[in-house]
Amino acid sequence: MLIKLSGGTVYDPVHGINGEQRDIYIQDGYITRKPAASVKIDKIYDLNGKIIMAGAIDIHTHIGGGKVNIARMMLPEDHRSDLVSKTKLTRSGCGHAAPSTFTAGYRYAEMGYTACFEPAMLPANARQAHMEMADTPMVDKGAYAMLGSDDFFLRMLAAKKDREAISDYVGWTINATQAMAIKVVNPGGINAFKFNQRRLNLDEQNEHYGVSPREIIKSLARAVRELGVPHPLHLHGCNLGVPGNMQTTLDTIHAVEGMPLHLTHVQFHSYGTEGDRKFSSGAAQIAEAVNSNPNISVDVGQVLFGQTVTASGDTMMQYSGHWHAHPQKWVIMDIECDAGCGIVPFKYRDKNFVNALQWAIGLELFLLIKDPWRVFLTTDHPNGAPFTSYPHLIRLLMDRSFRNDMLATINKSAAAASVLSSIDREYTLYEIAKMTRAGPARSLGLKDRGHLGGGAIADITVYNDLKDKEKMFEKPLYVFKNGEEIVKNGKIVKIVTGGTHTLRPDYDKSIEQSLKKYFDRYMTIKLVNFRIDDDEIVEHGNSNIIIQPCT
Amino acid sequence: MKTKTHQAVVLKDVPCPFCSLICDDLVIQNSDGKLTVKENGCAIVEAHFSQSPPDDTPALKGKSCSIDKAIEVAARILKQSSQPLLAGLGTDIRGMRSVMRLADNIGATIDHMHSDGAIRNTLVLQDLGWVMTTMSEIKNRADFIIFAGTDASNYPRFFERVIWNKDSLFSDVKKRKIVYIGDKLNTSAGKSLEGTLPTVLKCEQEEINEIISVLHTIIAGNKIHQPIIAGINLITLQKLANQMKEAKYGVIVWAPGELNFPHAELTIQSICELVKYLTRTTRFAGFTLAGGDGVMSANSLSAWQSGFPLRVNFSKGFPKQDVGRNSTKNLLKNKEVDALIWISSFSSNNNPPKANIPTIVLATPGTKLNFKPDVFIPVATPGIDHSGQLIRTDNVVSLTLKKLRDSKYKSVSDILNRMIDLI
Ligand code: SF4
Repeated sequence: MLIKLSGGTVYDPVHGINGEQRDIYIQDGYITRKPAASVKIDKIYDLNGKIIMAGAIDIHTHIGGGKVNIARMMLPEDHRSDLVSKTKLTRSGCGHAAPSTFTAGYRYAEMGYTACFEPAMLPANARQAHMEMADTPMVDKGAYAMLGSDDFFLRMLAAKKDREAISDYVGWTINATQAMAIKVVNPGGINAFKFNQRRLNLDEQNEHYGVSPREIIKSLARAVRELGVPHPLHLHGCNLGVPGNMQTTLDTIHAVEGMPLHLTHVQFHSYGTEGDRKFSSGAAQIAEAVNSNPNISVDVGQVLFGQTVTASGDTMMQYSGHWHAHPQKWVIMDIECDAGCGIVPFKYRDKNFVNALQWAIGLELFLLIKDPWRVFLTTDHPNGAPFTSYPHLIRLLMDRSFRNDMLATINKSAAAASVLSSIDREYTLYEIAKMTRAGPARSLGLKDRGHLGGGAIADITVYNDLKDKEKMFEKPLYVFKNGEEIVKNGKIVKIVTGGTHTLRPDYDKSIEQSLKKYFDRYMTIKLVNFRIDDDEIVEHGNSNIIIQPCT
Repeated sequence: MKTKTHQAVVLKDVPCPFCSLICDDLVIQNSDGKLTVKENGCAIVEAHFSQSPPDDTPALKGKSCSIDKAIEVAARILKQSSQPLLAGLGTDIRGMRSVMRLADNIGATIDHMHSDGAIRNTLVLQDLGWVMTTMSEIKNRADFIIFAGTDASNYPRFFERVIWNKDSLFSDVKKRKIVYIGDKLNTSAGKSLEGTLPTVLKCEQEEINEIISVLHTIIAGNKIHQPIIAGINLITLQKLANQMKEAKYGVIVWAPGELNFPHAELTIQSICELVKYLTRTTRFAGFTLAGGDGVMSANSLSAWQSGFPLRVNFSKGFPKQDVGRNSTKNLLKNKEVDALIWISSFSSNNNPPKANIPTIVLATPGTKLNFKPDVFIPVATPGIDHSGQLIRTDNVVSLTLKKLRDSKYKSVSDILNRMIDLI
């Protein structure tokens, strides 16, 4: 099957194509070069005046795994306002903050996304995370395995094991859990909370192991690099949400000594302590540090107003935030000497000083960080807002007058405390293509995604060229997944399963001997049963495995 | 002797599907299809294996028929039904995926045979939330464990695996303090390896709530004026309250299915409030013994695919959670359903409810039925006859079950998928 997308306006930053009229050819799921004139074209889409980008990629979205599922279970009232009926094609479910798996897959596709990455897969819970992702259709999936509060690793670090041994352990973890990258959440803090420590700063020691977050970050960042994992260490830093944590974030950037590092939902880590309320924006300082350190990438974790639920591995900070739960219910779990999770429903209010300033800080970060290859569009779904608010967020970034109109409606003191009104920048479509496609693909090492060159997987989104960018990004005209038309006019027209991205870094298998001993003595599952086989991922026909190369 | 070893295959690290602990260290011998537990079994799994699978066939009203015929008739019943009920749901993840697909397709209600217990927990989760822990945390960290209304005897290896375990990372197993609160509890397992007896607060199951509330009051620093609470001396409770405050990592264990009285969710709620209160100053957590027959898996999968944990109704084309009304008992009693599929693929001791509506039973071979259902189909057992996945009692860890023997029976999922194809 040869398809021609004819005459669309193409934004493909990987190839430096910035809004040029181009034809794109698709053959058997791949983008291909222009065929010889004699070759018969099976289908032509006339896309004159339409905008074409690669399928969007969400680098950080909590779509699968235990904590998301607890969030689903605990919020029937949230679902009731967004029930989704089955159709001839699609399954029933529900949406809003913690959508059902099917609905999440459909809505991502309907918004032009073709890949989503679950950033906090606990190794102990990895099997369930994959089962949930397998039930999330339409998009490709992948997950980052969480390390840094697990006893085995902290024990190694405390015993000053050499870096090869640590790399072997990290490599084993990625293989055993079918992961795509390594995430660390409140480094050592989830663990420290189990020993009743309530706060852990960058250079404070976990009381039991005598190890600091700084050492954990350095050790894991190094292991990730040495294993050739394309995505840098994905860090949810210390002190999330704490006024003044901007300094922690700056110190963290310096702590990695030039090694690649991804700071996730950096908005929640960019707070100063100025002003009457001792809460201020640290966006300018963080943006400057990102601008001057090319080894750093970030995603923002934008806050948008309304009801949502925060689901995080960071039990320590979720516990301290539970007083603000709305509605007043919350869950904390300690998990398997591995990590933990905390689920706290939350309502961000535009008239609340702190929430309004969080909103402004996120936007400041987007607008002050200069290189869209290194800042990715996220709301840390569902923590800052549900992913369905991305089109609104894109409009805030692309439309200055709309942004200022919104700014005029938020808490006055917060608006006054923000530099937002003085920022003229408007994102261009080219920059949006970088931050939502090309950038995430490059960061994750997805060589054949995020662009529209020959040989790329034909994951393509076609938009109507509308002035209202929210409307434009809400409802693509077409979405192609592996070359198949799956969405038309913002509605699913074909169901596909999507695949699971994984990595297979090399490691010295002898680490499994000490792991086996450890599991036999201390865990409640055997090492052989812990590992997730390829068969499990593909078994029910809900997914296939896509192995990405290490560098 | 020689021929025997020749035929026997020994499988190690086998996960057991018969209760929600899913112990995965079993050593199983397969001698010509006859399975025996060589190591690390318990009474429950051994009872299952001692019954060699009887030769059961599909049947229509008790009369043997081909599997094709049985599936065809079952599909017809479901097609004609306007309010079907899918109950029992004793199956694995894969079977449950098919249950959900079928339920969505035909607008059915789904309810598990153990959801009375699951729902008590759901009500608390949806109203209050909780602080919980998992098996390896208890094993390595707990220094103070309270059993509220359960002795864990339905989970025979619980004490062996996570209370009196040999190795522990952070806690001195020998010094673990064990407390029981409740009625008709066999507290013998609570005796420590050194012979220290557990503290036992004997009271009616309905009185656990009062005891927990009084402990909460004392720990919060408020005065109690009654000298005796639910038959327990205040001094005993004061002492217990102090020990709880001093615990480094305390755990309260309950089995929601064993708190079997009206509004037992309020007891669970009190437990969770107490745990949350203790978490302000020390570490404490709850732990649930969920019940077997895949109830955790059914509950979780229902939540991820529909957004709601059990019980869910799909009759309007979208999922609707209705924990009270949608119980199998109520739906049958109130004649709100007009066809029933009942599924039980683990234990052969579960009995389907007898109802005056067309009934399809998918059950483990040898299941004793006290009526002749319209359709009976014997099904394979996950983790014995085919591989599969189950979620453990802590709702975190899941395991992949193994196929241990060849079986002529089809899996729940295969059968349901074939029905769906015919509808
Ligand atoms: S305790 Fe439960 S899981 Fe373990 S062997 Fe016995 S029945 Fe099986």
